[in-house]
Amino acid sequence: MAKRVGAEGSFAVAEAVRLADTDVVAAYPITPQTHIVERLSEMVADGELKANFIYVESEHSAMSACLGSAAVGARTFTSTAGQGLELMHEVLYLASSMRLPIVMAVADRALSGPLNVWGDHSDAMATRECGWIQYFGENAQEVFDLTLCAFKIAEHHDVLFPVMVHMDGFHVSHVVEPYLLPDKEELGDFLPPIDYPYPLDPNKPITMGAFAPPAVYSECRKAQDVAVNSTHGTIENVWNEFAKRFGRQYKPIETHKTEDAETILVSIGSFNQMAGVAVDKLRSEGKKVGLVRIRLWRPFPLQAFRQAVKSAKNVVVFERSMTYGGTVGPVCAEVKSALYGIKDAPRIMDFIGGLGGRDMSPKQFEALFKRAQEIFDKNLDIQYETIGVRE
Amino acid sequence: MAKKDFELTWKEIPVGSIVHEPGNASEYQTGDWRSQMPVLDKAKCVKCGICYRFCPEPCIVKDDEGYYVADLFYCKGCGICAYECPKDAITIVKEEH
Ligand code: SF4
Ligand code: SF4
Repeated sequence: MAKRVGAEGSFAVAEAVRLADTDVVAAYPITPQTHIVERLSEMVADGELKANFIYVESEHSAMSACLGSAAVGARTFTSTAGQGLELMHEVLYLASSMRLPIVMAVADRALSGPLNVWGDHSDAMATRECGWIQYFGENAQEVFDLTLCAFKIAEHHDVLFPVMVHMDGFHVSHVVEPYLLPDKEELGDFLPPIDYPYPLDPNKPITMGAFAPPAVYSECRKAQDVAVNSTHGTIENVWNEFAKRFGRQYKPIETHKTEDAETILVSIGSFNQMAGVAVDKLRSEGKKVGLVRIRLWRPFPLQAFRQAVKSAKNVVVFERSMTYGGTVGPVCAEVKSALYGIKDAPRIMDFIGGLGGRDMSPKQFEALFKRAQEIFDKNLDIQYETIGVRE
Repeated sequence: MAKKDFELTWKEIPVGSIVHEPGNASEYQTGDWRSQMPVLDKAKCVKCGICYRFCPEPCIVKDDEGYYVADLFYCKGCGICAYECPKDAITIVKEEH
């Protein structure tokens, strides 16, 4: 029977890793690390999780150790955040191009400088082209569920890609809240043992991470791109199977009051919960607003996204990552490119806020809707605004 | 022998670009990176094998008659063999591709 427990999002992730019978955890144990690996190392020390815990000297080494572990066919997990994800950056591309089913939880945090370890999506957005499957959980329950699903997705033979489970640093990783923790029995055969099809084996030698000259590099890249784009069906199937078993449904794009909405807010991460409160309030005042939460970020669910915003005259994006010298933030860039050229395409405005741990209240989301309306009404040529900043 | 890299389509790339055939690097022609090649004058050669020891590739092999000859499938045309030969039996000549 599932137990209702109170825990930080970090601990919920650790419980999912334990339930998954993970074989190897390789992680750099100190800042910007979270309680995820602290809890996992306790579980390993106490014998609750029979895994090899590899303490490495940096995040670059953590991901490198994960490559080796996944390559021999072991169920592999790591986690990091902020600067740590940046230090891993180079190796992230190897994990995806070598098609190694590693699962990583990232408690998204700001990047220096100034030095700041609070919640922000700068680290996540910097990794968006690294070839991983990436999705976001908005609270402890979601990150628990989605971490469990991540192993099943990553290891599925039609997928074989690493999966990054994002959660907002502090707002999810460090906040204690209730969630339902199933036991082994309830988990049943949802997550079968890993069966990686190409494990390193001295009796059947293979070469991974070989050299590809210009004559074949483009073919390798196209093969990888087609493969990651073909994972949509499996991701949704796993989430549907999870829903059947546990009653909680996840979708690549989730909508709230969008059916007849004229203005739709599009966002990613836990601040969606504040945005939802603002939407409900505005709806009660008769305003036709709705919310679209992007859950699956890579591969981007283009058709589902277009479908979700199709009624809208205005699309307002809220995102927690600055663009320096760009036209709009990374989420809005994706949204604009997804909607460009479609019939009756909505007007699009980007707001950047919630940086480095700054909160966004429902009231501020209401103000955001108001400001967007003003920009649209006056036809102002503004691509993005930074909000919640003292002028 | 498997298809050459420049013959593979993207659909033929194995998952993760894994190479499943052990030791197949020997099938990969690297001699075409060369712009010049060694030519052996057997009349001068004393079969000492110094070129064989110095070739960094190493692609010099002993033939049936005991001469040391460069395997042009791999030879990079670096000229070390010619430089080291005590009998000046090897000349490096420009090669047209
Ligand atoms: S030219 Fe260089 S690579 Fe070629 S045979 Fe001589 S030493 Fe070896
Ligand atoms: S070093 Fe010169 S003489 Fe000696 S084997 Fe080679 S080519 Fe012949």
